[in-house]
Amino acid sequence: MPLLSVEELSVTFTARGRKDATAVDGVSFDVDQGQVVGLVGESGCGKSVTSLALMGLLPRKGVRIGGRAEFDGRNLLGISERKLRDLRGSQLAMIFQDPLSSLNPVVPIGIQVTEILQRHRGLKGEKARKEAASLLDRVGIPDPDRRLKEYPHQLSGGMRQRALIAMAVACAPRLLIADEPTTALDVTIQAQILELLKELVDQEGTALLMITHDLGVVAGLCDEVNVLYAGRAVESAGRRELFAHPTHPYAHGLLGSIPRLDAPRGEPLRPIRGSINDKIAWADGCAFAPRCDHYTLECLTGTPELTEPRATGHQVRCVNPVLPQAEVPA
Amino acid sequence: MSLLELDGVKVHFPVKKGLFFDRTVGHVYAVDGVSLSVEAGQTYGLVGESGCGKTTLGRAVLRLNDITDGAVVFDGTDLAKLPSEEMRAFRRRLQMVFQDPLGSLNPRQNIESILAEGMAAHNIGKDQAERREKIKEILAKVGLPSNAMSRYPHEFSGGQRQRIGIARALVLEPDVIICDEPVSALDVSVQAQVINLLEELQESLGLTYLVIAHDLAVVRHISDVIGVMYLGGLVEEAPSDALYAGPRHPYTKALMSAVPVPDPEVEDRRERILLHGDLPSPANPPAGCRFHTRCPWVQETKCATERPPLLDTGDGHKVACHFTAEIEAGTVKQTLATGIEAVISTEAVATEAVEVSEGDAETADAPVKKEEEPATVPAQADAGEAERAEESPKA
Ligand SMILES: Nc1ncnc2c1ncn2[C@@H]1O[C@H](COP(=O)(O)OP(=O)(O)OP(=O)(O)O)[C@@H](O)[C@H]1O
Ligand SMILES: Nc1ncnc2c1ncn2[C@@H]1O[C@H](COP(=O)(O)OP(=O)(O)OP(=O)(O)O)[C@@H](O)[C@H]1O
Ligand code: SF4
Ligand code: SF4
Ligand SMILES: [Mg+2]
Ligand SMILES: [Mg+2]
Repeated sequence: MPLLSVEELSVTFTARGRKDATAVDGVSFDVDQGQVVGLVGESGCGKSVTSLALMGLLPRKGVRIGGRAEFDGRNLLGISERKLRDLRGSQLAMIFQDPLSSLNPVVPIGIQVTEILQRHRGLKGEKARKEAASLLDRVGIPDPDRRLKEYPHQLSGGMRQRALIAMAVACAPRLLIADEPTTALDVTIQAQILELLKELVDQEGTALLMITHDLGVVAGLCDEVNVLYAGRAVESAGRRELFAHPTHPYAHGLLGSIPRLDAPRGEPLRPIRGSINDKIAWADGCAFAPRCDHYTLECLTGTPELTEPRATGHQVRCVNPVLPQAEVPA
Repeated sequence: MSLLELDGVKVHFPVKKGLFFDRTVGHVYAVDGVSLSVEAGQTYGLVGESGCGKTTLGRAVLRLNDITDGAVVFDGTDLAKLPSEEMRAFRRRLQMVFQDPLGSLNPRQNIESILAEGMAAHNIGKDQAERREKIKEILAKVGLPSNAMSRYPHEFSGGQRQRIGIARALVLEPDVIICDEPVSALDVSVQAQVINLLEELQESLGLTYLVIAHDLAVVRHISDVIGVMYLGGLVEEAPSDALYAGPRHPYTKALMSAVPVPDPEVEDRRERILLHGDLPSPANPPAGCRFHTRCPWVQETKCATERPPLLDTGDGHKVACHFTAEIEAGTVKQTLATGIEAVISTEAVATEAVEVSEGDAETADAPVKKEEEPATVPAQADAGEAERAEESPKA
């Protein structure tokens, strides 16, 4: 049984005086122990809202959540705030894109880390301090004893993110959700952080839900990949399968539009036309239709079902998937 | 001669202190001696990480920053020494496209008025009708519908706004466009549209580009020549393909190895050169080679004491490193490990690196002093400075 099993998760914002806005529209995926699962997609496709829903961090009012999210047999979407708070920090942890906003600016790093150790592991005083220092050391923060006394703004962006990872792993969580953890960082620092996350997964068997818009990061890190578009997963597959055979026109187009460091110069990019603003509601048909080169009338008859047109376990939500010529039925 | 030549350009921002910021207590060496040439009709790509001075250099070319020292020769005229009235004429020929198009477009002006404003200021088009024709033509060129003229910036998507930013530059018929992070605010699927547009425009209008970006893959895609910056200086410059095929400066090697490639087959085979620590502060750059505090190949001699000049190593590939040939030939060994375990056990690294620079008490000490004086950080500079300064003592 997977550690986390998300089924048809949906999130709708229902602010008064506004039209309901469905940010997540039926997302399903599993995460196993020691596995890295990627949620990838462009701005506004629902990545962050998905992770906030799983962590129970969405506002209670003005939000309607549907579906299930079984974590170790319990539905995260149904349990009490109290139980959830216990889980967060001990079994579930999250790191955000902007570490500064998730650290308390007026409390020294050391106190923020020891607080977690005290609350969730019962460590006190010198013991907690020692453990805190060793955590910072583990994530590559030099001179941890000094850093513990410092405030978040005294750390560089890379160090803050490492401090946040230290806090997230302080209680050896079984699932770590990382929402764009390296997007705000320079690439050389990003490389350090990604290696650190890999090490964590390898050594501790932590499950990692990795949220990113960067397909390069996904290619190097994730075992399973879910490509989201307008709040729905449009393609899900193992890492190698997905990159070798992108089959949904969106995923296929995305890979064709990224300049690659290793591509010969002058090789033209094949952009996807329009922007994410050009979409239709999933209820009416495929949200990608206004931008899609494979579009046919069939695409406007309700949400396309998930199928496996290419390989078992390689799911694609499209009625005209991108297939090699030979495989296309005549 | 090249269309645009920079010779030893320096931009130093004074760091002020005191009740009324009237005392200069130091400088941010944002750009510290950059020489480069941009050929007419070509694209020069400038890459480097946050804070290395790319934007400052681009702004210096347009004289939007004071140039502390050096020459910016455009079409035979040194702009650095030009009186500001004479600079006006050149402003039209050198245009800039910014990262955040929304921030640079007045929300209360419609697109026609935004574009016409610059034209009127530079006496382009004899009347409104003629300007309107020109604007229509340019909007079509950048792929916007002609009804865009009467609409306002917020009515457009990010990609469309970047097209407006490009149109605003184009209506002035410039020779050179400096693009500062032209696609970094855009979604990947839209990035490609704007990159292709820039390439088409260059082809049809014979434009010359200086493209500034932190994304090495984007820069490699559009540039003929690439310059790699680190802490205010160029560390390597080469034709795009040559740089990718064989980066020679240790920093470029590390930077290139860190850029993720959307291909698992490639990713699994790649060897990453991880760097120790963070970027030192440009307010207190390391002595000698600026990269020596993080360089995996740092040597006991020269690195911490002499600043290596950018030298041609043959076939137009320029490198600023004392040991380029030796590193290439494998006759000097890596002195710092670059695996994650090594990078994480930074304590050991810190000692190691200090040992390397031993015998030069000043270099070893200078950054440590800095640590106790965070006040030297400019109050007006971004908050990031303090922490970067904090980093330097580590190595
Ligand atoms: N509190 C909220 N109220 C109303 N709408 C919201 C709220 N939070 C998010 N949304 C909307 O939900 C959609 C999904 O947002 P989300 O933040 O999950 O995107 P994302 O995939 O994380 O994008 P990014 O890559 O930009 O972080 C967006 O259209 C957003 O505007
Ligand atoms: N007006 C200013 N006064 C003082 N310091 C400045 C000023 N403008 C820039 N700096 C500093 O100069 C250095 C170079 O900044 P610059 O914006 O040129 O970097 P960059 O390479 O463009 O970085 P990024 O990729 O983050 O845009 C930074 O340390 C910055 O804080
Ligand atoms: S369902 Fe139709 S519109 Fe949607 S991606 Fe497939 S072909 Fe394109
Ligand atoms: S000069 Fe020395 S420190 Fe600088 S890049 Fe070369 S080997 Fe490294
Ligand atoms: Mg997000
Ligand atoms: Mg910049």
